[in-house]
Formats: sequence, C-alpha cells, structure tokens
Amino acid sequence: MFRYYLRLGILSIRANPALSALMVAAIGIGIGACMTIVTIQYIMSGNPIPEKSDQLFHVRVDSWDPAEPYDEPNEPPEQLTYLDATALHAAGRANRQVISFLSSRVVQPAGEDSKPFQTQSRATTADFFAMFNVPFAHGSGWDKSADDTQERVVVIGQALNEQLFGGENSVGELLTLSGEPYRIVGVLDEWSPVPLFYDLNNNEYNDPAALFLPFSVAVAGEHGSAGNTNCWKPIEDGGVEAFRNSECIWIQMWAELPGEAEKAAYLQFLDAYVEEQKLVGRFPRPLNNRLDNVEEWMDINEVVDEDVSVLLGLAILFLIVCLLNTVGLLLAKVMKRTKDISLRRALGASKATLFAQYIVEASMIGLAGGVLGIGLTWLGLRGIENLFSIFEFVQKLVVMDWVMVLAAVALAIVSALAAALYPTWRACSVTPAAQLRIQ
Amino acid sequence: MELGPIWRAILRNKSSYALIALQIAVTMAIMVNAIAIIQERATQMARPSGTDEDNIITLTSVAFVPDADMRTMIDEDLALLRGMPGVRDAIATNSFPLRSGGWSMSLSTEPGPNSDGIGTAIYFSDEHAIETFGTNLVAGENFAADEITWNNREVSTWPATGILTRALAEELFPEETGSLVGKTVFINENDPVKIVGIVDRLQAPWNGWERVENSMLVPSRRDGEFQRYVIRTEPGMRDEMIPRIEAALAANKDRIIENVRSMTEVRERSYTGDSAMITMLTFIVSLLTVITGLGIVGLASFSVSRRTRQIGVRRALGATRPEIMRYFMIENFLISSVGIITGGILAVALNIYMVQEFALTPLAWYVVPIAMVILWLVGQAAVAGPARRASGISPSIATRSI
Repeated sequence: MFRYYLRLGILSIRANPALSALMVAAIGIGIGACMTIVTIQYIMSGNPIPEKSDQLFHVRVDSWDPAEPYDEPNEPPEQLTYLDATALHAAGRANRQVISFLSSRVVQPAGEDSKPFQTQSRATTADFFAMFNVPFAHGSGWDKSADDTQERVVVIGQALNEQLFGGENSVGELLTLSGEPYRIVGVLDEWSPVPLFYDLNNNEYNDPAALFLPFSVAVAGEHGSAGNTNCWKPIEDGGVEAFRNSECIWIQMWAELPGEAEKAAYLQFLDAYVEEQKLVGRFPRPLNNRLDNVEEWMDINEVVDEDVSVLLGLAILFLIVCLLNTVGLLLAKVMKRTKDISLRRALGASKATLFAQYIVEASMIGLAGGVLGIGLTWLGLRGIENLFSIFEFVQKLVVMDWVMVLAAVALAIVSALAAALYPTWRACSVTPAAQLRIQ
Repeated sequence: MELGPIWRAILRNKSSYALIALQIAVTMAIMVNAIAIIQERATQMARPSGTDEDNIITLTSVAFVPDADMRTMIDEDLALLRGMPGVRDAIATNSFPLRSGGWSMSLSTEPGPNSDGIGTAIYFSDEHAIETFGTNLVAGENFAADEITWNNREVSTWPATGILTRALAEELFPEETGSLVGKTVFINENDPVKIVGIVDRLQAPWNGWERVENSMLVPSRRDGEFQRYVIRTEPGMRDEMIPRIEAALAANKDRIIENVRSMTEVRERSYTGDSAMITMLTFIVSLLTVITGLGIVGLASFSVSRRTRQIGVRRALGATRPEIMRYFMIENFLISSVGIITGGILAVALNIYMVQEFALTPLAWYVVPIAMVILWLVGQAAVAGPARRASGISPSIATRSI
C-alpha cells in the first residue's frame, strides 16, 4: 500500500510541477536559513569540555570599588588582582588550581635568515594541562617545581611545532622567545576548544595561545598582559612592584572541585580569605565570592553573540512564513481535488486511508525540502564564512557536523508534516459523493 | 463598488485567505524589524572617525631585544618616516580610532574618588597628532614640542595638559556656554589636566562604545615594546607608500613590523560584524519577499482555476475583462490589508521586545508605512499575472459542464 501511495504522491507532485517546486523551495529555503543560524549558535554554545565541565570552576572574589559594583546588578570582577591570584594559588585548597593571563612573545627561530614573528603566549601554572585535559603529542607539561624556581620551560602548540620543527618531536630543543632561551618540555596534539572557555575575556573563538610558559617566569620577565586590565583605585607611586600590589585586576583563576562538598568547602575558604584581607583594609565591598562551572561561566559571559540570537529569532519567523506558504498551497491543492477525494470516499476509501495517502505525499515534499535545506545550509555557512573572511576564527563556526545534518532533515520532515496536517484533515473531512454533483 | 461581495466571497473561504494574510503579517514583522536593524547599523557605520581615513596607514612595531632602547628607536623611526617624500606626518601612539583596543580613563570636574566620572579614550602622542590624524583644532592650541614627555608603567604622574574632543569637553561641562579651553579636569582621581585645545572629532578605538566620541590627546609618549605608528601620506599616495614604508622600517632588525593596514582596512575590520549583519538581513528580507510573492501567485492561480466556470458565467452575463481583473486585484488588496495591518501590530510588538532584550534602537516611525507600501505593491504585482489570466477566460466556458 505504501508503495502505491508513493506512486500516487509522485503523480500528484508531477501534476503540479511549478507548485510542488515552490513548496519544496519554500521548505528548503526556510530550513536553510534556520539551520545556518542554528549551526552557528550550536557551535558557539557548545560544551567545550563535557567530561568535566561541572567540576571546573571559575573563581571570582569581590575586590572592587566600595562605591559601585564591578558590573550591575552586583557582579564581582571577572579577574583577580596579582595579590589575590598568587595567594589563592599558593594556598592550594582545590584539587587543582590554575592562574593565568594572556600575553605575547616574539618567536626567533634558529637560523640566520628566518624571520622573527609575534605570537600569543599564555602564562599559567603547572596544573593547567591536567586540569583542562590538554592532549600532548610529545612530552608533557612542567612540574610545580618549575613554577617555584622560575624555570624557563615552554609547551608549544601543534601548529607552532609544525612551523618550527616540521612536526618532529621537539621536546628538549631550545626556543628563543623575545631574546630569552626556553627549553621545550611538551608539544600539544591538536587542541582547539570552542568556545575558548578558560579565557572568555578576550575573543572567545580564538585559538589557544601557541605558547604556554610558567606564570612565575612571565611575571619576573614583566610580560605585559594582552588581555584587559581594570583598576578602580589609582596605583600608589610608580613601578612594577606597585602595580603588583595594586587593586588592578588582570589574572584569571580556575579551580577543580569534584563534588558539591568540595565546592562548598572552597567557597568557605574564599570567604575566610576575604575576611582576613578586610582586616588589612582591602576588600571594601560586602562578601560576594563566586564559583561558576564552565557552562554557568559561558552563560554569564553571553558567549553567543547577540546578533546571532537576533538572527536566530528572525530565521525561525522566516521558517514560519515558509511553512504558512506551504500550508496555503497544500490547502489550495486539496480544495482543487475535492472531487477526486469525494469520489474515492464514495467508492469506499476510509478517512484513515486518505490520511495516509496525503501524509505520504507531504513527507515526500518534506524530504525533498530537507535535502535542499541541507544544501542551502551549507551555502549559507559558506556565505557567512565569506562575510567574515578576514577573521580566521570564523572557520570554526561554520562547520556542519552529522548532528546538524540530521537535525536539518528532522526539522524538514517535522515542518512538512506540520504543514500538511491541516490540509490533510480538510481533505479527510470531505463528505463522500457530495462533491460529485455538477457545480 | 464591489467591495461587499468580494469580502463576502473571502469570508466563505476563510482558511486559505487567513493563511495568506498571516503569511503577509509575519513577513511584515520580519521586514520592519530587519529594516530597523539595518538602519541602525548603517547609521553607526556612517559616523566619521575624525581622521583623514583615505590617506592614513597604521602599523604595529614590536621590539623583542631585551632592554632595547625604545626611546631612541621610536625617535629614529619617526624621524625616518617624517622625512620620507610622500609622508605628510607620522606619530607613535598607543592606539587610534577603530582599532578596537586601547586605554580608557575617567575624567571628572572635581578631584577625589567619585564614581560619576566621564569615560574617555586616551591617545598618548606628541604635537604631530592633530596633523597626522587630520582632525581639526577648533579652539585653543596644539601642544608645544618641548612639552612632550616620556612615560611608562614605572612613572604614574599624568601630564598636566590635554586636548579633548568637543563631545568630551561638552559632556564634562554641559552648563558652560563660553570657551572650555583653560578649564581643568581631574584624571586618576587627583591629577589635574588643563584643557589646552579642543578638536572637532576623534573617535575612541571601540566603535560599539556608548562614549565613542570621547577621546583625549595627551602630550606624552609611552616607551613600551609595543608601538603603533600612524602615518598620513600626501593625498592619493597611500597605497604606493605602504611597501616603501615597510621597506624603510625593515632596516631595524631589533623589532618586527606587523599589521600594516590602511585606515580603510582598519575601518572594514572594525565594522565587519555590522556590515555582515546588513548583508544577511537584506538577503533574508529579499528572499522572504520573493517567497511571499510566489505564494500569492500560487494561491491566486489556484483560485482562478477553481473559479474558471464562475468567471465564465460572469463574463457571459456581461462583465468586462477589466472588471474580472479588478475583482482579483481588489480581493488581493483586501487580504493584503488584513495581513499588513496585523503585521504592523506584530512588527511593533516584536520591536518592543527586541529593544528590551537586545538594546536595539527603537523603530523609526516611517519604517512601518514603508514596509506597508512595499507589501501592498508586492501583493498587487504577484496577483497581476493570475488576474490577467482570469480576465482572459472566455465566456463560452460557462456553457461547458466542467
């Protein structure tokens, strides 16, 4: 029977080629527009570290201005002062803890005629790699002892290793960074979390830095922060020392806390730390310390661009227009066929049979629309890639995976069925024989 | 007029007409809001940066030799650049308009800690800044050459003079009607800065900042290893100067030169998101209009073929071709009107929601009527074909049984 309905469907689609094409095109275009934006939104809001995103907590303590909160309504600053970051890190109360900031170094490759170039570096502490499940191709991160002794060691990313050493194992080699030699201890495997959850203050779709080096080395070498620095209080006198003792925030901190109990204990520890600092005249604001896990932190930072949300809303409305269009056309088609339907009913076809027949026909249109929609989504993503072609990060946002392909087909079929429901119901309620009289 | 009979005929077949009206309504809601966003972005993009964009080149110089003598390097670079034929002037600064990264401070008219300061971008530079950016000094004077100092993170005293944009000066002294030159403002809570000059316009580096027109030129240069050079060429010579400048600066191997860009390119990068948004929305609206138009064509064709016999009868009873055509045109006008009026309400509601949710600028009053006219015209154009076909139906159809 199903094959018979398929044949009937094909006949009916062929009988009105322009109209059927219009319906397929409308569904396809609606799906294409919707899925293009959904894909981008899906990637932007994806969980970059699903295996432990609920155990990693971004640490905030409210060291800000007594006169006004850092951000309305009462958000503590997103970064820490040097004083607090180093004190909390040294306390070591979490299973793992990491402090870091973004900087940059000039890489001077060996060889007379090679050109030096600038690249981003992340100054961080030993736990970084284990904490964020960073994959290594060769070697490993550095020990805590390297942090303590300010050892000039460096972990380099896959791309940089490819560029400098042709992808060979470069562990043990020396690398000159802004005039100073560093020993390579690890080379990363391919690693590019999207969004770059551990640093949402800078562009959250950037690649991770190409270089990772000890925080203590970067501080001693006065590597300037490439991220934001915010101060609410003027720095007393000048000097690097004064800056480090200032209330300026520029360091990010994360703690790994495997369970609720550990989280509660750590929050208590933070509160106790702040109370202690209040005694020496710091932390003028009321207690307001926060631990947010990866997904909470992404929400707070609104990693999904506002324009994408606006476009998503408009794209959904767009799909609705396309569906209304299809409903209207299917309905018109049914109206035109009332005589056939009436005749079939008179000859004994049940409502259920008719329903099955028209739903099969609508599903065929939905499927065709879905396939067209996948093609158009791909085109739409290429269009967006083109619009943002000067920014490399866009490459990561315009990738269609299987989930999105299946979602497109599912959305197309659901849409087509939803569109077919009312016209089919109208068709089924045609009374037998009533339409057989001449008008 | 046949409005009554046409309307009653529509009511007899409510569902298909309601669908098309609803489709027009949602189309209208999307169209109006998309136009509102396009308009907002286009207005932002049209704001001048206050610089002679057609003739400016910017670049970054990064020194990497430990303990490099930055002051000598900068002075030598600037002497070299200013001496090149084709270069009108050049400066070293921490940032420039549209760069999307820079330094901001808060200024207030009273000393001491308070939270009601006015935010402004800070450009550290020298007496060549006004000429290099190509902005106009509208009051007061430029910095004198011997006023320029050096500073870095180790020195935290602020220079005692500054040149402000007019927007910043007026925001600081909203009541003042006389000249603002000579007034004193406070930076870093307690450090006084005397306003020595006012320029008509020089944007802050962040185009999305609410205070983008606020900036202050400071007569001091920073000697860090990151330097941004802004170079203004003689009119029309920008593109040929880019390779020459790169070659000239390449002689010094103690640093690297990066991001050599014309100001036009800087502007494009700065507004990429906005111009992409405009393109995408324009595309969506055009596609949507076409789909709705085709939907109207499809439904009208059905309607005509379903009523072939009736039309034949009307023709046989004496209706002229223009009368038949008019019937369908008026029918479409009525349905469109229902959709457009519903759509107008939907559009305004959606706009109110989006203004609250996404901080968009509220709709300009004239966008709704414009969208109405567009959709009426689209509807009439779409129905014209089927209507003409209907008017061509021969009266003899009436005599046939089907």
